[in-house]
Amino acid sequence: MAGADGDDSLYPIAVLIDELRNEDVQLRLNSIKKLSTIALALGVERTRTELLPFLTDTIYDEDEVLLALAEQLGNFTMLVGGPEYVHCLLPPLESLATVEETVVRDKAVESLRKISQEHSPVDLEVHFEPLVKRLASGDWFTSRTSACGLFSVCYPRVSSTVKAEIRQHFRTLCSDDTPMVRRAAASKLGEFAKVLELEYVKTDIIPLFTALASDEQDSVRLLAVEACVSIATLLPQEDLETLVMPTLRQAAEDKSWRVRYMVADKFSELQKAVGPEITKNDLVPAFQNLLKDCEAEVRAAAANKVKEFCENLPEDNREQIIMSHILPCVKELVSDTNQHVKSALASVIMGLSTILGKDNTIEHLLPLFLTQLKDECPEVRLNIISNLDCVNEVIGIRQLSQSLLPAIVELAEDAKWRVRLAIIEYMPLLAGQLGVEFFDEKLNTLCMAWLIDHVYAIREAATSNLTKLVEKFGAEWAQNTIVPKVLGMANDPNYLHRMTTLFCINALSEACGQEITTKQMLPVVLKMSNDQVANVRFNVAKSLQKIGPVLDSNALQTEVKPVLEKLASDSDMDVKYFAQEAISVLALA
Amino acid sequence: METTKLPPSSPSSPTTSFSVPSAEKVDGFPRRSMRRARQRRSHSSSQFRYQSSQVELTPLPLLKDAPVAELHDLFCKKLQQCCVLFDFLDCVADLKGKEIKRAALNELVESVATSRGVLIEPLYPEAIKMISVNIFRTLPPSENPEFDPEEDEPTLEASWPHLQLVYEFFLRFLESPDFQPSMAKRYIDQKFVLQLLELFDSEDPREREYLKTILHRVYGKLLGLRAYIRKQINNIFLRFIYETEHFNGVAELLEILGSIINGFALPLKAEHKQFLVRVLIPLHTAKSLSIFHAQLAYCVVQFMEKDATVTEYIIRGLLKYWPKTCTQKEVMFLGEIEEILDVIEPSQFIRIQEPLFKQIAACISSPHFQVAERALYFWNNEYILSLIEENCQVILPLVFATLYRVSKEHWNQTIVSLIYNVLKTFMEMNSKLFDDLTASYKVEKQKEMKRERERADLWRGLEEYQERRMQMLTEAARNQRNLQERGERGDPLSPSSTQMAQSDQPEPKPSGASTGAGESAT
Repeated sequence: MAGADGDDSLYPIAVLIDELRNEDVQLRLNSIKKLSTIALALGVERTRTELLPFLTDTIYDEDEVLLALAEQLGNFTMLVGGPEYVHCLLPPLESLATVEETVVRDKAVESLRKISQEHSPVDLEVHFEPLVKRLASGDWFTSRTSACGLFSVCYPRVSSTVKAEIRQHFRTLCSDDTPMVRRAAASKLGEFAKVLELEYVKTDIIPLFTALASDEQDSVRLLAVEACVSIATLLPQEDLETLVMPTLRQAAEDKSWRVRYMVADKFSELQKAVGPEITKNDLVPAFQNLLKDCEAEVRAAAANKVKEFCENLPEDNREQIIMSHILPCVKELVSDTNQHVKSALASVIMGLSTILGKDNTIEHLLPLFLTQLKDECPEVRLNIISNLDCVNEVIGIRQLSQSLLPAIVELAEDAKWRVRLAIIEYMPLLAGQLGVEFFDEKLNTLCMAWLIDHVYAIREAATSNLTKLVEKFGAEWAQNTIVPKVLGMANDPNYLHRMTTLFCINALSEACGQEITTKQMLPVVLKMSNDQVANVRFNVAKSLQKIGPVLDSNALQTEVKPVLEKLASDSDMDVKYFAQEAISVLALA
Repeated sequence: METTKLPPSSPSSPTTSFSVPSAEKVDGFPRRSMRRARQRRSHSSSQFRYQSSQVELTPLPLLKDAPVAELHDLFCKKLQQCCVLFDFLDCVADLKGKEIKRAALNELVESVATSRGVLIEPLYPEAIKMISVNIFRTLPPSENPEFDPEEDEPTLEASWPHLQLVYEFFLRFLESPDFQPSMAKRYIDQKFVLQLLELFDSEDPREREYLKTILHRVYGKLLGLRAYIRKQINNIFLRFIYETEHFNGVAELLEILGSIINGFALPLKAEHKQFLVRVLIPLHTAKSLSIFHAQLAYCVVQFMEKDATVTEYIIRGLLKYWPKTCTQKEVMFLGEIEEILDVIEPSQFIRIQEPLFKQIAACISSPHFQVAERALYFWNNEYILSLIEENCQVILPLVFATLYRVSKEHWNQTIVSLIYNVLKTFMEMNSKLFDDLTASYKVEKQKEMKRERERADLWRGLEEYQERRMQMLTEAARNQRNLQERGERGDPLSPSSTQMAQSDQPEPKPSGASTGAGESAT
């Protein structure tokens, strides 16, 4: 590079390094974040020979700075001269991988994993693998913890002798004295198993897995459950029973609820990994037990999996298993004492109807839905309502409305506004499926009542709900059923309700079309420009701006313009502002 | 379990109507809110924990009435009786059994505490077994996942009426003059201690209080376990700091450590220094510092009093972890610094004064008046004041600019008047230096601004350079592509100078027509 020499004198390394040493942490942090700029100014050669040694030697800083450094170095390959020189980045990352702070260490490991891919197989053995070994035999637990995350990235690309060494190191770390290291090893067990040859999975990984799954600390045992999923996927079906199942059975009945929770949480993955036969024989009873666990946390985690578990049961006797084994437990959970359990169940229970079909749903599930719809906890009710559509598909809207409508109507007047909000959001869906007549008869009053709710969010939702209804049922329906009621509210003594009229008009004008807007809505809006409350008046201005495009130019000139001009000279600042804005947007000036 | 040597009651016994299935009894998870669930779902937890069959307790004769020859046998029977666990979540279940166990425990406590010669060797395994069965259990999930020990009421252990007596028995057992560590160490082993330490996470402060005293006694009497206990406490703390940030018994463990540190031999072993630097100092980063800060600061000061050479590690460590956004913690840190300065050796003070007073200056300029105030209070401490006076030449230049500026800017009048006092003190200490600094204040300020500008220039230059380099690289790539494409079509290579001259074209245009267009545009 011809230009590089000239720039060296411009930016002596000392000046740049001073920046990295600035007393103010924030400035130091900024400099580190622009490390690539500095490296570029130095050129690849000096980055390798001067910058990196400096970074390696002087790492003692605030964790935040170290974090930024660890991240930067992961993207530094080109700045040190490409893959050929990528190993230069190892020394600083190695020391970062030994610091105390977990976030920094994790980031260093992430960067190391990234640049490991850029090493040639030879460099991997000459530079990278020795680093992993050094970390794995470090004095303090931090370096050994970091090593756990690096085995799997170098294993596939090294010779078989080195592979044997790596396996040995991993074995050692799995029985480390420090629980922190055993946790790190346990959490990487599955990942490591995936890159191993099948014979070594059996001879090496399985004993480690069994040992970690019966560790004295529950924090280690629960991580083995995660590994169980990957290991089971790797093994042929005939080996699962002897190699994996004893450990899994033990985990599902562990004395620590954290381990049982983990089993419940990973249940669908486990189910897929062990296949249909074992599921039928082992997992069904285990799942029943988890659903009946004495700790609510475990029950909630299991309840969350009810639908997925049932879906993935082998089809030949799925219905029978669900009806005789799972459903009885589910029935009990519906009246659980813990609301988290019930709400977890409510979020998935509706999904069972597709699996069980119409008759079973009506006979067995509907009563459960009804109980949950009436649950004292709003979250439970909410979860049921949000999933109504899957039941609808199975039993049809008639059946659904007959059995569930009374409960829905009750919820529409619920004291919790979030529940009311959830119901409103379902109205267009229900309306579309129930048809006009049914809707007018049962639900229309509700929809109108929400317009004068005391919570703004509900009034707002009710307004947009009306728009959607009009889109469904057409302008004529709107003219007959809702427009009169909406316009009636313009004379309400409560100014909030009068404003709701304006908001409804804003939302409805387009869907209702020019005729209704000009003949029915506009006069009301114009009349309201004389309202005593300034908020109403400036909302009149806003409404006129909104509905202007729907009106014809004649109405705009003769009716809207004078009113806006009057408002533009209102005593209130905001009214003036919005009136002027409307005038300019509608080009009436 | 072996605990069921007593004959099971006949089904016709009138008390059976009160009894609950055994699983309920053994499952001591203290969840008040779960009470109803348990009653209704009485079959639920049968697969977990001990599977003792249903046992009906029958009262045994009183220990004090027993003939000497039968005393140990009866004591042993009572210990076995106390291994039966009861369901305390259902407060009316098996009241009779509960009462029998309570009375038995009381007697055991009394006997161990008052009479001599009771503790003979065969009783050790029985006693430790009874204790293990009762106290070792998986702690339940916290009822309140965002449990804040400062704000919220802790969930109390439901089985406390029995558990307390078991702990009391354990304590008396350890404190008994008959207690023989050589016999006990066979039963109170590493596994036992590990389980004991896990219980420190209990939400019930009463339980943690007992555990604290008991662990202290174990540490005092069973010398072979000391290193192991220290190591496991380290592991608990490291997990707390770097993994979970949750452990209820940090304060209690620190309290024990406070007295352990007190007993360290000199010179300090590397292990102990490592504990200070890698565990105690990082503990300051915890979010819940306020709960155990007093105990932590005590431990830190204990270390300093043992060996003054650790002072520098401590101060530099605290400065590294100095709170950035939490002013409440900053006030705690300042409090700890004052405690440290109270006992610091002047020779050590000199080693850390520079970074320390930079931080103190930063605290003085904090917009939060409590932080500024806490820092300024240092000047009310006579010992600290004497240290400052001795090193006035170094310290005054470090803090002067801050004091001068904050005295004019701070919104809080108390801070302003405190600063005036500090400035006055400095003036009296060294009026010459003070005048010099006042005089050079403006010049320094300007120098600082100049440095600031230079920094900005440097970075602007660097970024422009980066941009130029990037452009160069893309142009080089473009030219190369141009050349290649020409080569592929068999065009004669044009001299590279022409290529360079055309490189301000917006796009590489390989065809002859577009080259013409490029020319016409220039």
